[in-house]
Amino acid sequence: MAEPTRIERTDDELIAAVLKGDPASFEPLVVRHSPRVFATARRYARRESEIEDIVQEVWSKAFQKLPGFRGEAPFEHWLMRMAVRTCYDFLRGHQRNREVSFTELSEPETDWLDRFVAAPDTASDESSAARQLVGRVLAMLSPPARLVITLLEIEDRSVKEIAELTGWSVPLVKVRAFRARAEMRKCLQRIARDKYL
Amino acid sequence: MNLTGLQNKLIDAAKKNPPGDQVPYAFEKRIMARLAAVPRFDGWAQWVRSLWYGAAVCAAVALCMSVWSFAPDDEQELAANFSQDLEQTILPADGAASAW
Repeated sequence: MAEPTRIERTDDELIAAVLKGDPASFEPLVVRHSPRVFATARRYARRESEIEDIVQEVWSKAFQKLPGFRGEAPFEHWLMRMAVRTCYDFLRGHQRNREVSFTELSEPETDWLDRFVAAPDTASDESSAARQLVGRVLAMLSPPARLVITLLEIEDRSVKEIAELTGWSVPLVKVRAFRARAEMRKCLQRIARDKYL
Repeated sequence: MNLTGLQNKLIDAAKKNPPGDQVPYAFEKRIMARLAAVPRFDGWAQWVRSLWYGAAVCAAVALCMSVWSFAPDDEQELAANFSQDLEQTILPADGAASAW
């Protein structure tokens, strides 16, 4: 027997249903967009419990602010703006937990650095040691620097997009990007000094 | 050490290893349960609550004013003394100035 075809409702239809008083229609939105929100949160938090807290916070805010969604941009963009701002709030709230030194570099990380110093081309950027090391460097940056480096350098977003996501002005994004690069270089300088001098 | 090279290499490493997008099992059920537990915003209830707050503040102010009005009036006495003192200070000085 053939199953009846289920027509998936669009985001706009689901939002309209929620606003008319059917909160159950919010669930398909959560199912549809959670992977992207989780991927975003994983860029800024390490522990899975923190990541889940961030995502829950994003969905709570989205539900509360849904009456203010005007539908001018896709729901996903609106949600990602909320996700980025929630991640930034998380970073600011956990500033004190930032890593401050490189004394605990793991053996693979040290090996990778040695290989990079000896011959930069032989150090693969796909290795897990490189991934761990970049995570460590990002964890040392201040919240605005980490956010800008992640969005601009790692996710390759434009300055205008970052301004929209963060709510900062375009000149402020540029200033923060300049400072963020300098801050990252300072962190790397500290590695070089601690390890090779 | 080539710091710019290292910076670029690490950024490339982060680009090539994007974080996973897996969602914990039944996460949406958890979200829906959490949303159901949060009381929905009721504008009317909010308005009534703020009216009650306003009424309480007004009652407190009225009480303070009535207590103040029954309190012994030291300030009037002080004001009378002050005007006399001022007169005594200014008039002799004025007289002295004209004599001089």
